Parts: sequence; structure tokens; C-alpha cells
Amino acid sequence: MLLHLLCIRGHTTLSFFARYTPADTARTRPGAARILRNAVFGTSFAAVTACAQSPTNIFDPAGTPARSAFGLSMLVLSITLVIFLIVAGLLLYALIRFRHRETDSNREPAQIYGSNQIELSWTVIPILIVVTLFLTTTRVILVTEAIPKPASAMDVTVIGHQFWWEYSYPKLGVVTANELHVPISEPESPTPTYLTMSSADVSHSFWVPRLAGKMDLIPNRVNTMWIDPHETGLYLGQCAQYCGTQHAKMLLRVYAQSPQDFAAWIEQQSKPAQQNFPGNPAATEGQAVFMKNACINCHTVKGSVATGRFGPDLTHLATRDTIASGPVPNTPENLRKWIEDPNSLKPGSLMPAMHLNDHDLDVITAYLSQLH
Amino acid sequence: MTTTPVLEAIDETLETQGQPPVNVIYEWLTTVDHKKIGLMYIVYALLFLVVGGFEAILMRIQLAIPNNHFVSPQVFNQLFTMHGTTMVFFMGMPILFGMGNYLVPLMIGARDMAFPRLNAFSFWISAFAGILLYYSYIGGSGLYAAGSAPDVGWFAYAPLTSKVFSPGHSTDYWTLAVLLSGVGSIGTALNIVTTILCMRCKGMKMSRMPLLPWLYLVMSGLVFVAVSPLTAAQVMLTLDRYLGSHFFDTQAGGSAILWMHFFWIFGHPEVYVLVLPAFAFANEIIPVFSRKAMFGYPAMVAASVSIGFISLSVWAHHMFTAGLGPAGNTFFVFATMVISVPTGIKIFNWLATIWGGKIIFAPPMMFMVAFLFQFLIAGLTGIMLSAAPFNWQLSASYFVVAHFHYVLVGAIVFSLFGAFYYWYPKVTGKMMDETLAKWHFWLFLIGFHLTFDFMHVPGILGMPRRIYTYEAGRGWDTLNFIVGIGAIFQAVGTLILVYNMIHSYYKGKEAGHDPWDAWTLEWSVPSPPPSYNFAIEPTVNSRRPLWDLKHPEDPDSDYE
Repeated sequence: MLLHLLCIRGHTTLSFFARYTPADTARTRPGAARILRNAVFGTSFAAVTACAQSPTNIFDPAGTPARSAFGLSMLVLSITLVIFLIVAGLLLYALIRFRHRETDSNREPAQIYGSNQIELSWTVIPILIVVTLFLTTTRVILVTEAIPKPASAMDVTVIGHQFWWEYSYPKLGVVTANELHVPISEPESPTPTYLTMSSADVSHSFWVPRLAGKMDLIPNRVNTMWIDPHETGLYLGQCAQYCGTQHAKMLLRVYAQSPQDFAAWIEQQSKPAQQNFPGNPAATEGQAVFMKNACINCHTVKGSVATGRFGPDLTHLATRDTIASGPVPNTPENLRKWIEDPNSLKPGSLMPAMHLNDHDLDVITAYLSQLH
Repeated sequence: MTTTPVLEAIDETLETQGQPPVNVIYEWLTTVDHKKIGLMYIVYALLFLVVGGFEAILMRIQLAIPNNHFVSPQVFNQLFTMHGTTMVFFMGMPILFGMGNYLVPLMIGARDMAFPRLNAFSFWISAFAGILLYYSYIGGSGLYAAGSAPDVGWFAYAPLTSKVFSPGHSTDYWTLAVLLSGVGSIGTALNIVTTILCMRCKGMKMSRMPLLPWLYLVMSGLVFVAVSPLTAAQVMLTLDRYLGSHFFDTQAGGSAILWMHFFWIFGHPEVYVLVLPAFAFANEIIPVFSRKAMFGYPAMVAASVSIGFISLSVWAHHMFTAGLGPAGNTFFVFATMVISVPTGIKIFNWLATIWGGKIIFAPPMMFMVAFLFQFLIAGLTGIMLSAAPFNWQLSASYFVVAHFHYVLVGAIVFSLFGAFYYWYPKVTGKMMDETLAKWHFWLFLIGFHLTFDFMHVPGILGMPRRIYTYEAGRGWDTLNFIVGIGAIFQAVGTLILVYNMIHSYYKGKEAGHDPWDAWTLEWSVPSPPPSYNFAIEPTVNSRRPLWDLKHPEDPDSDYE
């Protein structure tokens, strides 16, 4: 068993200097090592995944950074499992074999004070394990953090706020909030998304486990990371750095779309907001109420007088599936409840209750529900 | 050592003729006796253990089911802040300092600590700090008006602690409490270092000193280096909050990363500050209950000292997700992995000590056996976390919470409980009830594994720490429920321990000088030891002076 593992480590260290690109996935590695690794670790891995199906399982990677972390995880888990079995086995054996028995004589056992050879051996062997682990880890750090950014990459700026996410696509002129849309990245023609991250207030952390490990968003500092979902779908996650009262409900939603769907989404999102609502007097009135209230101090509705930056951009609010940064489905009822008192859905939210009357609440909800 | 000493005679005279009337409370308040101060440290820390444990139970009730409304997010955030701060600064540090205070002078054959008044000062300032922290519940006006405890998390990342994001005074209570406890810790560390270096009895060269004082020496050295930056950082934070400086004020060009560095250059050595005493107890208990000398004493000392040094260069593994870049990350991966080598040496030496022995499974040893297995697992999950890309997934998740509780509870608390059962007879002169001890052990063991084994999995399934609630459908529900059940077992186990300590004090069997047939100096004096410890300063010729006395035909001194 140990010999097999040494073989794997040998292989991975040898390929240490191999050049990797974002499109290079664990799939391109020789299959034998992976099969063996899965066999070694299969049982406990199965135990973890069988007890719970989770959309945020780090052992179910769907992008390159998550996949290379997963590969490393399996190697580390295998090595530690073997160490555990050996050491715990020896301990258990010693505890049973050398327990005091009733039939024992009263003499003390032989006193042994130590042995330099033995000390040396259990110093050198761990050092060898550490060196191999270190080299393998370094390789994965480099293929994730130090690879050149491909020309086909897309840029998104992510700004963390208490307690929501602001996304802007600087080259595409789109600003949105809480629901990140990215194109999928095919291994043949990689289109990874590079996230340039900072924070408007306190530290946050971007963690979508199936796509990549986390990266902190720290005020007065710019961090970067990249994701490249291989399949279309919705990837969930949430803020992973304690950021205040509603840290728990600062959820992440990443929509990975086919290139066509993504292009259509971008085109739709780059339009200014709808300004006229013929045949919908409620929405028209709601628009007027919205523009007359303090809403516009914090929210932007592109093409209107509302240019606030403190809260999420609402230009295309109705196209989002959720409000309140993820935890609440975007339905007119929830929207109305949210505007009436955000604390009822998300206690500690920084949006104040505006104390609007029922009529104003109805019409503003009607207006916002039309912002497709 | 066995002759009737003059001082004992004086003691008896005082007893028979009546001592000058001394108010018991006054005596404890003004004492400079290292044993009394040690006991006060321990009792005070146990009080905070119960408080911090209660906070943990409340959190586990809140998280037992998804979308729970048992406590509000505000209260939950205060609970984990107070739980962490309490357990590290007002339970872990004081209880280990208390044990050191009590044991170090006895084990090196000294009559007291080097600076008895400093010792009293350090204890009282730490005690005051703990009370100050909890006074915030009454006096602190925080983000949510009066009566609000600190809610910035136990590592209080900037800039959440700045005046803008934490108005009111709750954060100041946290800052000042940590600062004051730091002053107390540095005082006691200074005292322990001086005592060990200057007050060893005749014949006790450093190379003959028992391992417990050795580990306390390393631990206290670390306290100097680690607690000082934390104390400095608290001063800087207070300046930021009240005098307009901008160390951590990111809105004025300050650095949030700077705080992380300050905190973790304290925070990681702090882990070793807490775990080295746990090793210390194991080093005393495992040989006695295996009936063998410690295997590889010089290697154990070398490993402890190198853990001390290496632990000063690993702090940024807490910051793998802060974007330090590949070079920084690689360095800290290496330093962190390297520390597993001396740690491994320790485990192997304990294994070799047990090997070939006659192991007696009395309560202290039962806890040590659990300690060995659990510390092994904690070390291995530590290696997982040291691999930065794996860490990018696991950091700030429940996997990390499970990992460090495996260290803090599975290793440190288990070792500490073992130490309680081992030295309780020395402190009180009474044996602890063994049946109750076994109940305590099994309940706590089952509870520990229910809670902290299962807690790893939600982390792997994407559950971040410090969230007050979660939605159903993420695969976390059942696991969190099991974790909550385990917490109850642990609470019951701990209550049995507390009951046992009180019960045995009044009803326990007499212990005598040396109930475990042990080998270090503290077992040569009466139980409880007289205020002057040793009537005549002992002389030692080996690492196990009592072994030499008990086996004059085959003394250790022949082999060292």
C-alpha cells in the first residue's frame, strides 16, 4: 500500500514542472493513479457523499481550481489515512499487548531510556513525507495562482458589501448584484472568468465550493481568482469570512451559461431600464414614488435619476431569481414584504424600512417587478 | 527527605496552639502562595469553562435544525465571539497557567515561584479581565444598544472592529479584556521562566528536569513572543477607535491584512501555548501508568524546543485565502508541514514509552489514551489544512472548526482532565471517585466524537463557520443535529467531573503522599503539600528522584 502511494507521489513530483493551463483538468492525468487513489480512499469518500447530497460539496468539483484542489485532497487524505492506520494500529496493539494483567509479577517492567537509531528513523521518514507533500502542494499552488491569464478570459469585478455582492463586467458595461452569470469554459477553447475582488466595507470571502477554493475580499486591497465551470447550471456558495450581523445570509449564486445564453444575457443586461409602462398604471405610479423617495440614494436604475451606489443595482431586478442576496425567492409578495421591512426577511440588513403606506408599497412592488 | 523537619514541627505547634485568627477570604485574597494562586486560576477557569460551554450549547441548539429562530443573529454572533474569547483567554490560558503555577515549583523542588507578588498580580489582573469582558453584557452599549456583548468574532478582523462598523463600546470591552489578560499572561510567563531557570533544587541540572517544567519553559517563552504583538495590536486598535489613528482603518488607507498578521503571529503560537502543557501532562502521566521511564527524553526536549521555534513561523497559514500570492503561500505551507515532524516525534516517543510497559488503565491513563488517538487525528487533519489548495476549500468552514476543537478538546481538554484525576489527590489529599470518573470519561468521549467527528463533514459540504442559520437542502441538517446531541453528552460529562471534584473533597478516600507510585518530587511531600512545599531542600541525582529512592539497587542515575 505504502509502496503504491510512493509511486503516485513519484509521478506527481515528476510532473511538477509540467506546464498547466486553466483548461488542463485532472481528466488529462494518467488514469491509473486516479483509479488507485479512488480505490484507496473510496470508502471514506463514499461515506461522506452518501450521507448527504449537497450542492456545495468540495469533493464534487465542476471547475479546474476545485478539481486540482480535489486531486491534492485525495492524495493528502490517502497519505494521512495510511499514517493513521499505521500509528493507531501500533498504539492499539501496544495498549492491548502491554496492559497490566492480574497474573503479572509485581516487578516493574524493563526500563528503556531511548535509542538514537530509532529516534533518527522516525525523524527522517516524516521529513521525506513532508518534502513530497510540500512539492506536490507547491505544484497545485502554482497551477492555480501563477498561470498566465489567457486572452480569451472574461473579467468581472466583485465588490463585497454588508451583506450582498456587487458584480460588474467592465468591458461589457454591465452592473448587477448577487447573481453572477458567467460563460462555461470548454477545455478546447477555455474562457475562464477572472474575478478582481475588493470590498466596500469589511472583509468578505467568495466561496463557491464546486468551482474553486475561497478568496477573501478585503477593503483597500485587490485580490484575484479565476473560475471556469465546465457545465452549465447553478453553482451555490456563500460568504465565508465573518462580516457582521447577516454574514449567514450573504449567499452566492453563480449561473454558468452556454456562450449563446451568456451573450443574450449580457445584451439584455446592458440595456437601460424600462422607463415607460403603457397599460400598467400601477407600475407607472410606482416609478414616480420610487424616484421621489430615498430609494434613489442607495440604488441605481440605469437611465433614471436613481444613481445610488450603496445598495444593489436594480436596473434588471426582475430578471433575478432571488432577492436579499440569495435567501428569498424573487416573487412580488416577497418583494413587497422586503420593501415594507427588510428586517422581517433578513434581520440586520442595512436597508431601512421606509415606512411606506400600503398603496405605495403595492405600486413600488408593481414597478420593480417590471424591471426585466 | 523522610526525617522530621523543623518547619513541619513549627506547623504542628501552630496548629495545636492555635494560629493567629485569619479570615479565610482575606487569606485567599492576599495570598502569594503559588499553590493557592494556582488553585484560584483553576477554579476561575472552570467557572469560565461552564459559561463558555453554556454558550456553545445555545449555539448548537440554534444550529440543530435549519432556519431556526431560537436566537437572533445578533445574539448568535455574540455567542460565538464570547465562546471563543472565553475559552482561549479565560479558560485555556488560566487553567494551564494554574496547573503550571501549582506543579512547576513542586516538581523542581522549589518553595515558591520566583516572584510571588507578581504571581498574585498576574492572577488578579487576568481575573479582572474576564469579569470586564462579561460586564459588557450589562454595561456595553454596542451595535444593538445597551447590554450587548462583543460580536466581532474571537479574532476580531479589521475593519469590522473600527468605530464605523462597531459603534458603541462592546468592542472596547473585548479589546481591553484581551489586553489585560495579556498583561497577566506575560507576568506569569516571566515568573515561570525565572522560576525554572533559577530555582531548581540541588542536583537538578536542566537535563535532569522533568519534562513538565521543560514544556512550561517553552510555553512561557512562546507567551512572551506571541502575546506581546497581540497586546500591541489592542493598543493600536484602541488608538484607531478613539484617537484617530489609521493602523487598521481601511477607509483612511489602513490595512486589514496588518491586523491579520498581528493577530495570527499571536494566534498560531497560542495554539502551542495551549497544547504544550497538554503534552506536559502526557509526559508525566503516560510513563507512570506504563511503569516505564520516558522513552527518548532528549528527543522529547529537542522536539518541544523546535516546536516552539517553528511555531513562530507558521502564522500565515491562517491567511491562505487572503491573497498573499504563491511565494508567501508556499513558504507557509512548508513551515506548517515541517512542524509535523517534531510533533510526530512526540507521538512516537509516547508509543515507545507504552511499548513493553505494564499499562494500568486508571482514570488519568484512560484520558491519556483518548488524548493520544485524538491528537493523532487532529495532527493529520492539520496536515490536510496545511496543503494550501485544500485549505482554500476548507478554511473558515466547519472542517476547520472541527479540526481545532479536536486539538483544543480532543487533545488539550482530555489531557487536562487526565491531569485533574492524576494530581487531584496531591492537591486535596483525597482520591477521586473512580466510578464517577469512568462515567465522566465515557460520556465525554462519546459526546466528543458525536460532536467533533461529524462536524468535519458539513465543512466538506460547504458550510462556513459563524453562520447563525442555514437553509435546508445543503446536506447539513442531519449532521448538525448529531453534533448538537454530542454537545449534551459532553455537558453532562463535565457536570459529573465537577460533582466528582466536590464530592471527593468531602467523601474521598485518603490519598497519602504517593497514590500512583510515581517518580517526581511532588509525590515526596504530603498531600496537600504544606505552604513551604519542602521542609528540606531536596537533592536529586536523576530525572526520576523517587525511582532512585524506591529502587536503590537500580537507580536511574546509573544510566544518565
